[in-house]
Amino acid sequence: MAQVKMTVNGKPASGEVEGRTLLVDFIRDTLGLTGTHVGCDTSQCGACVVHVDGKAVKACSMFAAEAEGTEVTTIEGMAAEDGTMTPVQKAFQEFHGLQCGFCTPGMVMSAEAMLKDNPSPTEAEVREYLKGNICRCTGYHNIVKAILAASGQDVSNIAAE
Amino acid sequence: MYAFEIERPSTVADAVALLKQSDENQALGGGQTLIPTLKQRLAAPEVLVCLSGIDEIKGVCTDDDGRICIGGGTTHGEVAAGSGAYPALVWMAENIGDPAVRNRGTIGGSLANNDPSACYPAAVLASGATVVTNEREIAADDFFDGMFATALNEGEIITEVKFPVPEKANYQKFEQPASRFALVGVFVAKFADGVRVAVTGASEEGVFRWTEAEEALNGNFSASALDGLSVPADGMISDLHGSGAYRAHLVAVMTRRAVEAA
Ligand SMILES: Cc1cc2nc3c(=O)[nH]c(=O)nc-3n(C[C@H](O)[C@H](O)[C@H](O)COP(=O)(O)OP(=O)(O)OC[C@H]3O[C@@H](n4cnc5c(N)ncnc54)[C@H](O)[C@@H]3O)c2cc1C
Ligand code: FES
Ligand code: FES
Repeated sequence: MAQVKMTVNGKPASGEVEGRTLLVDFIRDTLGLTGTHVGCDTSQCGACVVHVDGKAVKACSMFAAEAEGTEVTTIEGMAAEDGTMTPVQKAFQEFHGLQCGFCTPGMVMSAEAMLKDNPSPTEAEVREYLKGNICRCTGYHNIVKAILAASGQDVSNIAAE
Repeated sequence: MYAFEIERPSTVADAVALLKQSDENQALGGGQTLIPTLKQRLAAPEVLVCLSGIDEIKGVCTDDDGRICIGGGTTHGEVAAGSGAYPALVWMAENIGDPAVRNRGTIGGSLANNDPSACYPAAVLASGATVVTNEREIAADDFFDGMFATALNEGEIITEVKFPVPEKANYQKFEQPASRFALVGVFVAKFADGVRVAVTGASEEGVFRWTEAEEALNGNFSASALDGLSVPADGMISDLHGSGAYRAHLVAVMTRRAVEAA
């Protein structure tokens, strides 16, 4: 066991971990932040996406020890203290970008990372970026629409496929 | 996963010293292949030597010969962002897996792993790149040694890969949609002294050069030079995603597309 220290959602976080402790298990079990989900545990589904030093990564495919000294942001760190949602979160709500909600934390974290690099993506770019985020419910259409809307683009003409 | 310790050295020398302490110690690059392997209990290292804290093996630069030199610990995302002088390499890197995989996975990890369906081996072999380790320089033609096997010794670390920039090049990837690896990928690179064609995803021997196509393209760099050429289905990977014959067919199709798009 070893001690790890990192910043999670702007606050210092530390705990005892084994070498094999995954970042996602540290976040969920040690820190109790259960918004980050584990869908597949095989790096396919993206339900566990968090930001490490600003970059989207799959928390099921990184060890907690590797996050030593980094800044980690999880879905719990997106909305403001008073609960005000980010434009991406608001758009997921408004455009019904979720059904069961299991994939949503990862979808939102991927979308936030994409919009930081590419503030006005095309529909094709959104779909390409979300390749590693799997949703079993929505058929993706409303997720894509929500992200395009969150980027400030007019989505009134985007028909359901 | 079986239990193991993690060490995070900050220099290549320290990493190599840790790896040499025991045959049971193993390097950890981005973990995008190794972590799933550990979860399946297909590996049981005593110590994982994490390379992600070693700054001297990260980044992309150009050497005096105009070669693009990429640190062995550079992520696919950083390769795509930094290799603008070699557009086919950029395209290859930015089409590996998905963005989160590209933010962790590294060129060194991909080459050391030599997955028969991985993209980098095709780029390295077609470019005639040089793989640099803490011990020596290995030419691409001597590096790959069949499925999941390379010329690397125990505890040897890939520190850099040097890519000569071709006059023209293109990578065509027929994606296996579930894994997002190449079902078949063909990298074609045309240099002043000849054309190199490297094929991944197809052969049971791993990445290979299609020398017949190279000879045809040397005389005439156009898709029509490939008319009538094919690779035998024998020795091609056959699985639920595609038969050997299908993969052999794809090799010819993807090579034509790569030449047309180069
Ligand atoms: C969902 C998904 C999709 C993917 N799609 C593709 C794809 O389309 N194309 C593709 O090519 N790959 C793909 N990959 C694989 C990905 O590119 C991996 O990042 C890569 O194969 C391994 O690199 P890594 O840095 O993660 O290495 P690791 O997983 O950390 O290590 C792999 C092996 O290499 C060794 N190693 C690591 N670094 C070094 C080094 N510098 N020197 C010597 N040995 C080292 C390790 O000991 C281990 O044996 C995909 C992976 C996932 C999870
Ligand atoms: S739980 Fe991490 S990718 Fe599915
Ligand atoms: S909303 Fe159910 S998995 Fe996406």
